[in-house]
Amino acid sequence: MVHISEIGQIFREEYGRSVAVLVRVLGSIDAAEDAVQDAFTEAVARWPDTGLPPSPAGWIITTARNRAIDRLRREASGREKLAQVTLLQGDEPEAIEVDTVEDNQLRLIFTCCHPALNRGAQVALTLKLLGGLTTAEIAHAFLVPEPTMAQRLVRAKGKIRDAHIPYRVPTGAELPERLKSVLAVVYLVFNEGYAASSGAGLVREDLCREAVRLGRLIVELMPDEPEAKGLLALMLLLDSRRAARTTPDGGLVLLADQDRGLWDTMLIAEGQLLVRQCLKRNQPGPYQLQAAINAVHSDAARPEDTDWRQILALYGQLLALEPTPVVALNRAVVLAEVEGPAAGLAAVDVLELGNYYLFHAVRADLLRRLGRDDEAVAAYRAAQERTDNDAERDFLEARARTLTTTAPGPAAPPSDDPHGP
Amino acid sequence: MSRYLLSIYQPDGPIPEPEILNKIMADLDVLNQELHDAGAWVFTGGLHPATTSTVVRVNDGEVLTTDGPFAEAKEHVGGLWVIEASDLDVALEWGRKAAQATTLPIEVRPFAGYRD
Repeated sequence: MVHISEIGQIFREEYGRSVAVLVRVLGSIDAAEDAVQDAFTEAVARWPDTGLPPSPAGWIITTARNRAIDRLRREASGREKLAQVTLLQGDEPEAIEVDTVEDNQLRLIFTCCHPALNRGAQVALTLKLLGGLTTAEIAHAFLVPEPTMAQRLVRAKGKIRDAHIPYRVPTGAELPERLKSVLAVVYLVFNEGYAASSGAGLVREDLCREAVRLGRLIVELMPDEPEAKGLLALMLLLDSRRAARTTPDGGLVLLADQDRGLWDTMLIAEGQLLVRQCLKRNQPGPYQLQAAINAVHSDAARPEDTDWRQILALYGQLLALEPTPVVALNRAVVLAEVEGPAAGLAAVDVLELGNYYLFHAVRADLLRRLGRDDEAVAAYRAAQERTDNDAERDFLEARARTLTTTAPGPAAPPSDDPHGP
Repeated sequence: MSRYLLSIYQPDGPIPEPEILNKIMADLDVLNQELHDAGAWVFTGGLHPATTSTVVRVNDGEVLTTDGPFAEAKEHVGGLWVIEASDLDVALEWGRKAAQATTLPIEVRPFAGYRD
């Protein structure tokens, strides 16, 4: 007996692949989604009796395609639609058949992340079409009302259709920029899950899992892109600390204070293997360097075993590639570990990051370590005012309180996130 | 093929110095020739400044005429192309060339109901 929840699970897992193939066949994202929905309805009606087909993925695509033909026949009013039905059944699709599922998945990824779409639309489309998330789930993850998210998706799909955003993989000189956009979308999904910018929970595991899944898919589809590997490694290494990163009641635990026994050694091993493969390729990029930094952290059984000099060198490379104040801030945190809090503070104070809560949190910690408690408390308060994440705010509050009650707090840089807001 | 409108967004105010303008005009000639050669050219034209615009409205059969452009802005459409392209990527590439030649932002927008 096949349960309906199992059918739902299978469709969710196969959604991206099915839609990717069907967009190619049907020439329309909406038609592809409708067809998969029709196939789902049919599966719910049949699978409980017949059991799972030998290849559920193949069954979904074939059934969806047949239902699309039915639908077009039913709706065929003009010559164009009739021609489309003929196209579906005629010789033409043979050219389409030789494309692999992977070709079409890549096409779908690059279409969802096309630079003519804004970042929010790219993220929503990627989660919907490749991740198989429902509109309600995406709306919930990004804390917007469901109708707003539905509107965003309709608008994005409308633009793809009306402006004729092509369904193809960019080549040659175009590819690097376009790939950057794809990786940025995946990392944004991960970050939204890993350090939710607002709301009660610090981590939204479903978004992290989805981002890692997308990261794996891209590495699988584009094995020769070192930055894709770098991004996957980075996400795996950050994700390996998930269990240690929050207290049972949802509070934030800094890298230096984490119970390293809770780190997921499987994820660390996988992430570090990818980092080693990247090092061999020797085409460093921002994601690879951030992954390498996290791989060094993962090597240290205790905080005091951390090879800060190596991390500082990696941050130097990262800053050369990405000379942003946020990278400079993270480098300053590391500098404080190598050369002391005074050197770190000097490097922090020249940065123009007054609106960024971590800037104030880092200053606060360095001031505290220098014994300048009053200034530290003021900086903790400034940081608190600039984050909407409850766990982060509670953490900063607790830190500020240890100073006003004279109990010494643990010495730690308040950042284990070597990435920006 | 699809049709796209490429609008040039031009800041209000004086036109550039002759030596700058001459370079732009020469670059535009090259671009228009390229559009013709590629079979992408449908129409192009430059416009007088937005101060020469007039907006006409009809309310309950009554005609209201106002002096100046419809939208209050610091930039207005200063010229346009209509081009044919197989997809948005091709149209955006023409947009890039147009932006380079004019040194101004180009808005690329698809025409509705045109596809063959």
